[in-house]
Amino acid sequence: MAKFNLKVNGKIRKVDIDPTTPMLWVLRDHLGLVGTKYGCGIAQCGACTIHLNGTAMRSCMLPVSAIGNQEITTIEGLSENGDHPVQKAWLEHDVAQCGYCQAGQIMSAVSLLKNNPNPSDEEIESAMNGNICRCATYTRIKAAIKTAAKK
Amino acid sequence: MATITTSYNRRSFLKVSALSGGGFLLGFSMLAGFKPAEAAKLPADWNELNGYIKITSDNVIKIMSPNPEGGQGVKTSMPMIVAEELDVEWKSIVVEQAGLDTKHFTRQFIGGSQAIRQGWKSLRTAGATARQMLREAAAKQWQVAVEEITTEAGKLYHKASGKSATYGEMALEATKIPIPQEVKLKDSKAFKLIGTSQKNIDGLKIVTGKPLFGIDYQREGMLIAMIVHPPAFGLKFKSFDASSIKKMPGIKDAFPIKIFRDDYEKQFFDTTTFGEVVAIVGNTTWEVMQAKKAIKIEWETFEGYTQNRNMLGRKLTEKIPAGLESTEEHSAKMIAMQGKEATLRRKDGDPETAFKNAAKVIERTYTGPFLAHNCMEPMNFFAYVTEEKAELVGGLQKPEFTEQALSARLGMPLEKIDIQMTRLGGGFGRRSYAHWLIEAALISQEMKAPIKLIYTREDDMTAGIYRSTYSATYRAALDANNNLIAFHVKAGGIPESPLYANRFPAGAVDNYLAEDWTIDSNITIGSFRAPRSNFIAAAEQSFLDEVAEAAGKDPITFRLELLKRAKENPVGKDNDYDPTRFAGVLELVREKSGWEQLKSKRSLGVSAYFCHDSYVAHVLDLEMKSSEPIIKNVWCAIDCGIVVNPEAAKNMAEGGIVDGIGTALFGNMTFTKGVPDSNNFNKYRMIRHKEAPKNIEVYFVENNIDPTGMGEPAYPPVFGALANALYKATGKRFYSQPFQTDLGKM
Ligand code: FES
Ligand code: FES
Repeated sequence: MAKFNLKVNGKIRKVDIDPTTPMLWVLRDHLGLVGTKYGCGIAQCGACTIHLNGTAMRSCMLPVSAIGNQEITTIEGLSENGDHPVQKAWLEHDVAQCGYCQAGQIMSAVSLLKNNPNPSDEEIESAMNGNICRCATYTRIKAAIKTAAKK
Repeated sequence: MATITTSYNRRSFLKVSALSGGGFLLGFSMLAGFKPAEAAKLPADWNELNGYIKITSDNVIKIMSPNPEGGQGVKTSMPMIVAEELDVEWKSIVVEQAGLDTKHFTRQFIGGSQAIRQGWKSLRTAGATARQMLREAAAKQWQVAVEEITTEAGKLYHKASGKSATYGEMALEATKIPIPQEVKLKDSKAFKLIGTSQKNIDGLKIVTGKPLFGIDYQREGMLIAMIVHPPAFGLKFKSFDASSIKKMPGIKDAFPIKIFRDDYEKQFFDTTTFGEVVAIVGNTTWEVMQAKKAIKIEWETFEGYTQNRNMLGRKLTEKIPAGLESTEEHSAKMIAMQGKEATLRRKDGDPETAFKNAAKVIERTYTGPFLAHNCMEPMNFFAYVTEEKAELVGGLQKPEFTEQALSARLGMPLEKIDIQMTRLGGGFGRRSYAHWLIEAALISQEMKAPIKLIYTREDDMTAGIYRSTYSATYRAALDANNNLIAFHVKAGGIPESPLYANRFPAGAVDNYLAEDWTIDSNITIGSFRAPRSNFIAAAEQSFLDEVAEAAGKDPITFRLELLKRAKENPVGKDNDYDPTRFAGVLELVREKSGWEQLKSKRSLGVSAYFCHDSYVAHVLDLEMKSSEPIIKNVWCAIDCGIVVNPEAAKNMAEGGIVDGIGTALFGNMTFTKGVPDSNNFNKYRMIRHKEAPKNIEVYFVENNIDPTGMGEPAYPPVFGALANALYKATGKRFYSQPFQTDLGKM
């Protein structure tokens, strides 16, 4: 067990846990932030995507001990009322089917647009390729990213 | 206007005025448990007009959505149908997911693309009945004839006197009105809401990461449980050493559980691969995952056995053979079966003679592997079982069946079991087999604590209940004028046959023969998006393409000619499909894709199929980039009758198309000595962003036919469209799924 002060969605959160615990389970089991999803546990599906200092990161293989001072943002902290341009674009295109993968997709998309405000189709595909959608909503995701890029 | 006699009785139309605190309404809302503030905002004085509709005096209108939501959009489209007949504005209503409630609702399940088709009449009747009761309440209060009361957007009007009231103002009075024996339903031409696109009702919650899914559910004092199942099909539990893990941090206990009682006769959906598994319980997911890796368990092989199954009254005997099976031996066995005698399913004319006299005979064999469902949300369930009651929360497709199985296992009457349904992180058939719900309940009972059972992705992918592996051999006979004079299909699988003997081209060919066979296996299978159609459509639609080519005909014209024959002079009586509607989607997709102009310039593949009472045709356009297909366009034409929520229906069709392309290219579960060769997404390839089509266009045939299936029908035909387009691009036919294997050799 070890104590950590984590910066999550702009607040300091204290946990006392096994330092090997991946951030995914720290968020879900210890901090009650269940928007970040478990899909594979081996960095293959992207359901667990969060931001570390604003950059997309798979949280399922990221031990809490590696976080240090870096700022964590989860889907819950992306905006106050779901009004981040990417979230709005997702609603406009009615992207979700089951919805399970979408928090991870949105976190990846936000990170992409931050680094590349006007991505080409190929750049969108590459940046998003680590995020599986079992319901296969890929065409809508791409359209939503393009809409968000215009805003 | 259709007049419909209400079939509800008092019991199913429970009228509870001023249901205190919303009664069971708020009781089952998992969000109420999470966010008291949101729950508190909801008013308490619900006037329940019927199981679907509650209205407060200040005119908050709530419509219950009876069926589980797993991405098919029923939580939006089903309430839309109620709202249409009730005559309320969509933006003014609140939609809530109902719990399992057999008193109020029928068919609360996902499967067979049936929700809208089956619910169409009852949902409309529920809306129309409530509207009628509100009108009668107003007529009574205003002392006028009920016929003079009109409604619009949730308000009642009496034109002559200028009186008006909101539904809310009349709601309490309306609950005192006897249920009308007959109500009039709207003419479909008068629909205002049905046929308009409405956004996913949970959209905002999804994009903000709200706790919507079973895996998100939390309860004070809840423990986390996981199971360990045998590592191979053909093995069973022998013994284990709990001491190896009991001292690990956070671990509470580990014990074996038996999913069914030994004397239990299994029903429809009571499939479980492993009858006995080891449960590990601890404080947190990560801790239990560590214990799962460390635990020492001994497994042993089992003897073959038979088990009886009650399929809604029909008794089946299933043979479960012993042994550790491998894909190689499966393939050899399937090839051998194609040479043996099979069971006759349909015969028209004299196929033997026709084949003997044919100018040309084409014979091809198609195969498809076992497939894992791989729902994005791994299987999980919350359970809290005490002596008094069993409380269960999570996502499942067949709650009514599962409740019965659980009742038998716990020896607890149905009334004491409460199943609350969350959103499903995908179903695709997998969540029909809810053995994990029973496992969760047994673990909670043993621990005397609330627990949440979570399958790891590896557990989820290796626990069986796959789609079968299949094989089909087709033969077609052409006469000297290139007319199709005989057609023969012989299909089978391990352990299930994919054959639909009465589907197209049955009915369009004078001499027709359909036969099938099966091989027993201890690898378990279950429904998988568009069961059996998902393979047989691929095989048949690829084969027809090759037959058309041999006959020197355009593949669309060839199919249309056969459909014309089936319409004008059908062979046999039991043909499943309507040739006119079938031809309609082919004609529509031909027009929308610009088939005639593009077919000589691009690599186009066409396919059309009928299943779940709907008709779908696709044209797929691709280019090869070394050995990888780049799919440029898919045009899709659908006839599923009236489309309730067009944009959502398009989303479903797009998903079906992309999912089908992915499965055809990559989907593959193989076995080595009983062990599944893939246990996570690094070894089981799923379609990803790069491989999805660049453009998809979906068109609906406009008609006034009652709505039919939408969740599945777009899926099966896309396999064939892809295979046929690949042939155009590469000059090579693709007979074995996944196509990736042959593409890799190019
Ligand atoms: S759960 Fe982390 S990538 Fe799949
Ligand atoms: S919406 Fe279901 S997995 Fe993406």
